Amino acid sequence: MNTFAQLIASLDQTTKTSEKIGALAAYFDTATNQDKVWVIALLSGRRPPRAINTRLLREWAAELAQIEPWLFEETYHIVGDLAETIALLVHNAQPKKSSTTPLCSILNRLHSLKTEDETEKKSYVLSFWKQNDYLSCFAFTKFFTGGFRLGVSQRLMTKALEKSTGIPADELAMKLMGDWDPRTISFDELVLSKVDAAQEAKPYPFFLAYPLEEAFDALGEVTQWAIEHKWDGIRAQLVYRGGAVYLWSRGEELVNHQFPEIEALQDQLPVSCVLDGELLAHDKNRPLSFGALQKRLGRKNVSEKLLAEYPVVFKAYDLLEYDLKDLRSQTYEARRTLLERFNFNGKLLLSERIMPQHWNQVRAEKERASEVRSEGLMLKRLDSIYQVGRKKGGWYKSKVDPMTIDAVLTFAMRGHGRRSNLYTDFTFGLWRENEEGIAELVTFAKAYSGLTDKEFAAVNQWIKKNTVARFGPVRQVNPELVFEIAFEGISKSGRHKSGYATRFPRILRWRTDKSAKEANSISDLESLVIE
Amino acid sequence: MKRTLLEFTDSGIYCPKADVYLDPWKPVSKALISHAHADHSRWGHQHYISHEYSTPIIKHRLGGVEIASKKWGERFSIQGVHFSFHPAGHIVGSSQIKVEYKGETWVFSGDYKTYDDGFTTPFEPQKCDVFITECTFGIPAFKWPSQELVFDQIQQWWKENAEKGITSVLFGYSLGKAQRLSFHLREEVGPLLLHPVIHAHNEVVGSVKPLPHHQKLDKNLDPKKLKTALILAPPNAQDASWLKKWMPYKTAAASGWMATRGARRRRGYDTGFVLSDHADFYELTNAIKATEAQHVICTHGYTDIYARFLNSKGIYATTADTPFEDEPVTTEERTS
Ligand SMILES: [Zn+2]
Ligand SMILES: [Zn+2]
Repeated sequence: MNTFAQLIASLDQTTKTSEKIGALAAYFDTATNQDKVWVIALLSGRRPPRAINTRLLREWAAELAQIEPWLFEETYHIVGDLAETIALLVHNAQPKKSSTTPLCSILNRLHSLKTEDETEKKSYVLSFWKQNDYLSCFAFTKFFTGGFRLGVSQRLMTKALEKSTGIPADELAMKLMGDWDPRTISFDELVLSKVDAAQEAKPYPFFLAYPLEEAFDALGEVTQWAIEHKWDGIRAQLVYRGGAVYLWSRGEELVNHQFPEIEALQDQLPVSCVLDGELLAHDKNRPLSFGALQKRLGRKNVSEKLLAEYPVVFKAYDLLEYDLKDLRSQTYEARRTLLERFNFNGKLLLSERIMPQHWNQVRAEKERASEVRSEGLMLKRLDSIYQVGRKKGGWYKSKVDPMTIDAVLTFAMRGHGRRSNLYTDFTFGLWRENEEGIAELVTFAKAYSGLTDKEFAAVNQWIKKNTVARFGPVRQVNPELVFEIAFEGISKSGRHKSGYATRFPRILRWRTDKSAKEANSISDLESLVIE
Repeated sequence: MKRTLLEFTDSGIYCPKADVYLDPWKPVSKALISHAHADHSRWGHQHYISHEYSTPIIKHRLGGVEIASKKWGERFSIQGVHFSFHPAGHIVGSSQIKVEYKGETWVFSGDYKTYDDGFTTPFEPQKCDVFITECTFGIPAFKWPSQELVFDQIQQWWKENAEKGITSVLFGYSLGKAQRLSFHLREEVGPLLLHPVIHAHNEVVGSVKPLPHHQKLDKNLDPKKLKTALILAPPNAQDASWLKKWMPYKTAAASGWMATRGARRRRGYDTGFVLSDHADFYELTNAIKATEAQHVICTHGYTDIYARFLNSKGIYATTADTPFEDEPVTTEERTS
């Protein structure tokens, strides 16, 4: 456990990818095979089952550290990470030596712990905390609280494994796909065994659109361009070779296992091919919000219920390879013509395109963006080839302006760590009449950024002088200040007091020219929702 | 019994009986200064009174101000109120200020640490009725490791960098932390170079407490010949262009804030060393118990939380807002 804890510390100490790879590769060079399998499992999102809920962990840690629960919570709020808070507090109560227990035996134990009763769980956790040093306690507690990535993507991990084993990262990525259990698989089986299929899975580097800053007319002759809506999902490549489907996200991570419905598309594809497109939450007729897609992300197991509730489709817009032939140097028009012959239905859809005759037609289509749930338009030059990375000239994106609304500052919360004497997190309300016909402010969004340093300082001063109540780190303030809040999207939500959830809310500016009475109402917010 | 020997005003902590202020933040006629850090010794007062070790440092920072110097424990009275300075262990000359009048005793802690760092005159607990305490690190997440351990970590880091031909750049507050570091760090693998601001502070502090001599960082030095060096620099020099010359280099900070990962990450240092000139949570609590005070006033830091904690332990505590915390704090410079 000690070497693993040291690994965590060194990964934590650098933001440089090359150093993270170096630290991880050095660990792979020296660790036992069994521990290596577990680290690969952890860093590819295969955590041991959550054996204990965090409420119990907090209780036990406060008890061991001999501090009252409220002080534990305040400290947690300032430190900002639960495992770190617990490790600091139990260590500060009584410093100890580093752990010599092998990582694999701890993780094996955690798998069996889930079914044990609370007394056994407690005595196991407390005895670990009592016997081990800060770093080991931190790593150990992270097994329960999650969030173990430390800036290590699966890609980075496979790079490190490549450095240590000499096996190409793409081949490793393939091997690590799918279902395997760190308790039963050996390092030899998982990593060292031969696989020929690796080459088959490889995607192409993505071609990215350039943001269009000028007016559409600046792009010249309109008939040289095709337009599509810019879908609010995840960019992905669907690789179909050798009878298998590989789905790659833009971060070049294989995401097959998260989207079994896309994996099942092989029957619908005519020959080996590579499609470029968008993963999109989508019901029978139209796209769902990005929030729906988010429900599907980062999950190890995708339940039937989740599949039914948040169905996902692949909306194709380009064809990069057909029958093992690389088409990227052909024109967009040629690629697209071939693509449109595919059989689109069910989970495989085509991103429709329009061949505009006039720039006014393009402007009108952009106006429809929120109606069709897109973020704006993509403009693609008919004679452009598929390049690598973000290049000017071929593809442009034109996003719609964010929606805005004027809201009243109602609560402010202290920041974390060094900023814990500052109010950095703000809550905003909009007016609504209650049953008695009295106007009251209803929380509609939280936002963190968007003010200049000077405004930020002024707002902080104001908050301290205008506090009406304190709840731990939160202050309720006089409803006086008005801010213009921008957001990317809005949808109905049962979980929000206002009845609506907004996407990426942020402070656009401080409306010092407006009084609280002049701020917008919930019904103004409603009018922004397009059904 | 309501005690009013000291009160909190818009200008600072005020003693109406003697008509003097302690560490005032607005210009006043007579100011007692706990220590030479910028947020405690401000410009613009007519008369300054401070410990004799603080005097040259305040003059270095503020120029030709009029300062009366006192020794540790020397009692002096102003309009019948007795005052004395007692070691606070924070930086050279840092003092707790004791105020006595007709059997009532108040102590203002200034900034303090109870840990004996081997260079600064160690903290001496004072019994009192009312104790005004800082609580910069007043949550139980903060507990300092022994400084021997931390200095070993720094030496080790320096050595590893030097072996790879990488310059080590260590950031620490130019008054206090820098002297503690330059006093204790050993030039085993290369020279210790001082940023000009720190070099100047070392000269001044060295005039009251001897410090080993170290070379000043200046433009004429050739980085290629000094790859094994450790450069000691103030935190606000982190983004300065002079650093480019020293590539490749690694940065680290020596500060109590480095105890949490979030703070380390936000400040963008490669490494953090936990070294503070303030008391940690546990030291604060022991120091407060030793005063036997019946009333503790918390300023400067996690005041709400720490006062609530003291009350839960049966120690009557309240908070007072001071500009030490009311200003947005963006660097350690401001709170030290
Ligand atoms: Zn201070
Ligand atoms: Zn200070």
